[in-house]
Amino acid sequence: MDLRYSDEDKAFRDEVRSFLKEKLPKEFSDKIRKGQELGRENQERWHAILNEQGWLAPNWPASFGGAEWNAVQRHIFEEEAAAANAPRIVPFGLSMLAPVLQKFGSKEQQDYWLPRILSGEDWWCQGYSEPGAGSDLASLKTTAVLNDAGTHYVVNGQKTWTTLGQHANMIFCLVRTNKDVKQQEGISFLLIDMDTPGVEVRPIILLDGTHEVNEVWFTDVEVPVENLVGEQDKGWTYAKYLLTHERTNIAGVGFSQAGLAAVKRVARAEMAGGKPLAQNPHFAARMAQVEIDLMAMATTNLRIISQAAAGSAPGVEASMLKVKGTIIRQEINDLARRAVGAYAMPFASEAVEGSNAGLPDPHDAGPVAAQYFNYRKLSIFGGSNEIQRGIIAKVKMGGGA
Amino acid sequence: MNFDLTEERQMLQDTLRRFLRDRYDTATRNTILDSDSGMSADIWAQLAELGVIGALFTEEQGGFGGKGFDLAVVFEELGRAGVVEPVLDSAVLAGGLLADLGNEAQQAHVETLIGGGLHMAFAHGEPSSRYDLNRVQTTAKTDGDAIVLNGHKAVVANAEAADYLVVSARESGAVDDEAGISLFLVPSDAKGLTIQGYALLAGGRAAEVMLDNVQLTAADRLGEAGSAFAAIEARMAAASVAQCAETLGAMETATELTRDYLGTRKQFGRPIGTFQALAHRFSDLLIEMEQARSAVINAAGHLEEDRKLREINVSSTKNLMGRAGRLVAEESIQMHGGIAMTQEYELAHIAKRITMADHRFGDTDHHLERFIALVAA
Repeated sequence: MDLRYSDEDKAFRDEVRSFLKEKLPKEFSDKIRKGQELGRENQERWHAILNEQGWLAPNWPASFGGAEWNAVQRHIFEEEAAAANAPRIVPFGLSMLAPVLQKFGSKEQQDYWLPRILSGEDWWCQGYSEPGAGSDLASLKTTAVLNDAGTHYVVNGQKTWTTLGQHANMIFCLVRTNKDVKQQEGISFLLIDMDTPGVEVRPIILLDGTHEVNEVWFTDVEVPVENLVGEQDKGWTYAKYLLTHERTNIAGVGFSQAGLAAVKRVARAEMAGGKPLAQNPHFAARMAQVEIDLMAMATTNLRIISQAAAGSAPGVEASMLKVKGTIIRQEINDLARRAVGAYAMPFASEAVEGSNAGLPDPHDAGPVAAQYFNYRKLSIFGGSNEIQRGIIAKVKMGGGA
Repeated sequence: MNFDLTEERQMLQDTLRRFLRDRYDTATRNTILDSDSGMSADIWAQLAELGVIGALFTEEQGGFGGKGFDLAVVFEELGRAGVVEPVLDSAVLAGGLLADLGNEAQQAHVETLIGGGLHMAFAHGEPSSRYDLNRVQTTAKTDGDAIVLNGHKAVVANAEAADYLVVSARESGAVDDEAGISLFLVPSDAKGLTIQGYALLAGGRAAEVMLDNVQLTAADRLGEAGSAFAAIEARMAAASVAQCAETLGAMETATELTRDYLGTRKQFGRPIGTFQALAHRFSDLLIEMEQARSAVINAAGHLEEDRKLREINVSSTKNLMGRAGRLVAEESIQMHGGIAMTQEYELAHIAKRITMADHRFGDTDHHLERFIALVAA
């Protein structure tokens, strides 16, 4: 047992720090710190900066152009990036689709799609959830029927909660190709060009005024058979594989650390009863308690990371991190909105895309209450916390649950 | 970064776990609990023989461990089996202070202790000190060549069995000053020393210790006069690591018992663990178990760091263990139902043990406040 980073890890951390210091544009980190979205162009610029450094794809094997960092290095990067308010890389192509293509895609698919993910030529979004298929994803109804010539699938149906679909030109979808078998056995994994006739993207505006997610409608959309990943009807296997990658960095330790630092900063400046809010016993106790929980979870995260580094796949531990990690992040969101007091109330729906310069914000805290509402999603997406609790109990109790 | 046990610690863990599994079942412990001494001399001798006590001291002190993770490994196993023998009091607390501060003559006792031939107790807390380590009203007054102790020490665990007590007393300063506190090695048969013993809810025994003109000399003092506070605080940190690891072990047992019960107890025609209301609550226990395990690792892993970092981790861990422990103890009882209310069921002792741990070395609220002060300092 040794809680310290090795000299090698420390050298890597220094390298990451100096990269972020030199290459992360201040206007980006300012936006992130204030809780504003970067917008498409800036997002693509950050993508390109990381690609130039060779750090865009930390989890890819080197043979595909990845950095091939170990789990500890990835953790260090995530921690440093969050501390520096670096933008989060849009994960759909890089860390969700790519591992599936690398494991299950054909050589042609790998050669064609993977370089385009790195270059940013394609912006991918995820077509999983449907209006009737949320936690029960395998009940999805969007259909894909092979045409008589065997050249195309014809896709009909609707996907929802499609994150940043408005920017995407490609979507990877789970579609039903067989209705006559067990639900999980009739699903296929298709890559669909969003410019194909019959694809329609409709915005969903979230309760914080952001346009983050969309509905995607498919009406007789023709998809070439070359865009089927792996085998027909085997998509559930690939989807589950993808979900294990969706769960990396699920604890969000770096984000919580950065969020807590922001809360502390505001609480030291905000006055309550003639003293800084940070000295208010009740507020101080809540901050301390979540900090203590975060200290423990950071170690849990490292324990799981080091197991993963040693080759064992994170299983039920990822579910535990999801639940605890989101509870902690949501608690910090709650503290953040409380810290600014009445200044949590002003609202600018456009805050996300542009600036919220028009709003009074004495502590330069950003739209913390809007974020509080936005981050209610954390305990809902990626398998709701209730689904995770079910998984944990089932795995740990064996036949008893 | 590395979360694997060293080979030596892994061996110690395996040996101790096997020994306790074979020799320390519920009935054995309940017999010990009912005994007058509240401990088994036989088990004590065997623990010493296994090297359990030696693992709690550094090589310079005559042992072969003494680091945070040595304490954590040993005490997690003791807690898992619900061992009531006073390893914490004899070895980590009083024995540790003796080893940390004692001169050559005094340190000779450490070897006897490691061999299992000595019991000790640390008499520090007082009726009005609650969890404050600096509040010492017991006085030590120099009178010619003699040093005379007067005072009342509260809830001194293992006092009756102890051959020697390590007693804190104030030689100078105000009642709350960190400076001015000394430690003395007091033989249990010293004139003027009265020990009023009682059983503890979570096993073992403690006593109110009265010091009425106990006559000592400078040779009985451990370390420099009036400067024991830093050593006391550091020892309490070690003791907290041990106690938190012990509580973690007990929590593992509680969780395991609950898991088995949820899987086997049937109502309405199916195992009760299949009911979502219980399955989700059980999941929350498991999540907090991981938090607790990490908290113990944090405390153990920072025990050899500088004071501030060490104490921040002690207080954060004690705070978290207090909360997680309460959850595990209460939820385990609730999910078991009536059976957990019976004395003879294993969970009864384990739950009491977990809960009572929060009444020693500062409870969850005390350490939350302390954490806030330490981080702000």
